[in-house]
Amino acid sequence: MSNLLPAQFADLEKYADWILETEKERYAKRLASSMEEMQAFYDEAFPRLEAAVPYLKTVALEDISEEDRNLTYLFCSLVNVSFPVEVWRQARVPDSGASMVDCIVEPAI
Amino acid sequence: MAHFPKPAEGSWTEHFKIDTSPTSYEDSISPEHYEAEREAIFKKTWLNVGRVEQLPKVGSYFTKEIAAAKSSVILVRGKDKEIRAFHNVCRHRGNKLVWNDFPREEVSGTCRQFTCKYHGWRYELDGELTFVQQEGEFFDLNKQNFGLAPVKAEVWQGFIFVNFDENAEPVAEYLSRFGKGLEGYPFDKMTEVYKYRAEIGANWKLFIDAFMEFYHAPILHQKQAVDEESRKLREVGYEALSYDVDGPHGLVSSWGGMAPPKDETMVKPIERVLRSGLFGVWDAPDVGEVPMKGLNPTNHKAWGEDSFLFFPNFMLLIWKPNWYLTYHYWPTSYNTHTFECSLYFVPPTNAYERLQHELAAVTFKEYALQDANTLEATQTMIESRAVEEFPLCDQEVMLRHLHTTARGYVAEHQAKKQQASA
Repeated sequence: MSNLLPAQFADLEKYADWILETEKERYAKRLASSMEEMQAFYDEAFPRLEAAVPYLKTVALEDISEEDRNLTYLFCSLVNVSFPVEVWRQARVPDSGASMVDCIVEPAI
Repeated sequence: MAHFPKPAEGSWTEHFKIDTSPTSYEDSISPEHYEAEREAIFKKTWLNVGRVEQLPKVGSYFTKEIAAAKSSVILVRGKDKEIRAFHNVCRHRGNKLVWNDFPREEVSGTCRQFTCKYHGWRYELDGELTFVQQEGEFFDLNKQNFGLAPVKAEVWQGFIFVNFDENAEPVAEYLSRFGKGLEGYPFDKMTEVYKYRAEIGANWKLFIDAFMEFYHAPILHQKQAVDEESRKLREVGYEALSYDVDGPHGLVSSWGGMAPPKDETMVKPIERVLRSGLFGVWDAPDVGEVPMKGLNPTNHKAWGEDSFLFFPNFMLLIWKPNWYLTYHYWPTSYNTHTFECSLYFVPPTNAYERLQHELAAVTFKEYALQDANTLEATQTMIESRAVEEFPLCDQEVMLRHLHTTARGYVAEHQAKKQQASA
């Protein structure tokens, strides 16, 4: 597939299954992924986010393009995955047992 | 060693004249006490059910399930732009008026009028009954007498409140000095919202307890910080800048934590890149001048956040970098409640700002998951009654105040009832 993301981020398209529009889907994918899968996504996407900060500041949300919207949702997934990768070393929050906290309203992009 | 000064009495607890002896949690494990709270508290006090932004235009409505008051309420903006509240019940045979698919689920939308699913009775947005199916079959039915049953509703600073006691004082008076101090805060500029909901296996007061003290934060949440920072937080412990009490309401005023951090190696890499985290976005958006009269009561330069508990179940957290949070605790039984959290930000203009908000919201959820699970662990063990008295420290003064206040409402209500029946 091509043109899912802005051209300069085309190399991240192999992680297109992390382009998810709701926190519920992103969190579910996190719980269903192995640490290796999340680490691989993080290792490649994190440096791109770091370098993309000036670009992201120029992406106005009003009339955002489909490619930029996908990129923003992809980075939303990176935010979600940063917790297992940077702190927990596991998909679930430690000591959270069977507790569920559901996102019921979130701003669409 | 105290980092911030305490009142002349030597402690906040004694300053507010609250008992310092070990406390009982019988009020959180007794089904009878919960039944008494429903009558004495949830049918008598102002309850925040949402914000005006949820009712943007004529005909906008949402429903709110309030199990503690055995009620479902419709909030609606009428043709005259006024916001009204009605019991969500058809006057004909008592069917629930507004619902989709699942009668117990809250709904929202826009409509011209409300139509009952059962026999098609129709009501105007102001509650007036306008259509009765086969009206001629009824006996001297005067439609004027069968409008929707109103619930007292008032708006304060854009927050919509209801009260099941028709003799209640105005909400602004109820919110008292704390409310007055927050008037003019630019809530209306912070309209981007993230809402979370969780079913919690604990008494409603126990979760408020968890959010009215930060004594737990360096321990329960220690893994959320990088190791070095976490060790420092544990050693220093937690002290609030100050506490305050305003009738039944309480306030914890707190220092600012890490927003922004002195040393960027002390935060997680994603926080460093997005300049955001649990304390919100590090760089405050411009909202014009923020009226500070009710905020940062000690005028401390390290101030970061004020947590108000408006009794019984509405918490409002105002953060220094121009955003706010609300918590609601809706009891569903003596040992369960529905917890709701909403984060409100100035709407982002670009993708970077949107990601900053995403990080703050997701971080909140990670913390809340830990808090929620700990709560269930507490509820089950205090229900064992193996231990019945618990020592609370001075940083837990707001817990004592909440439980003392709630017990006071119940005692006063029961005394009035006894007087009435004597």
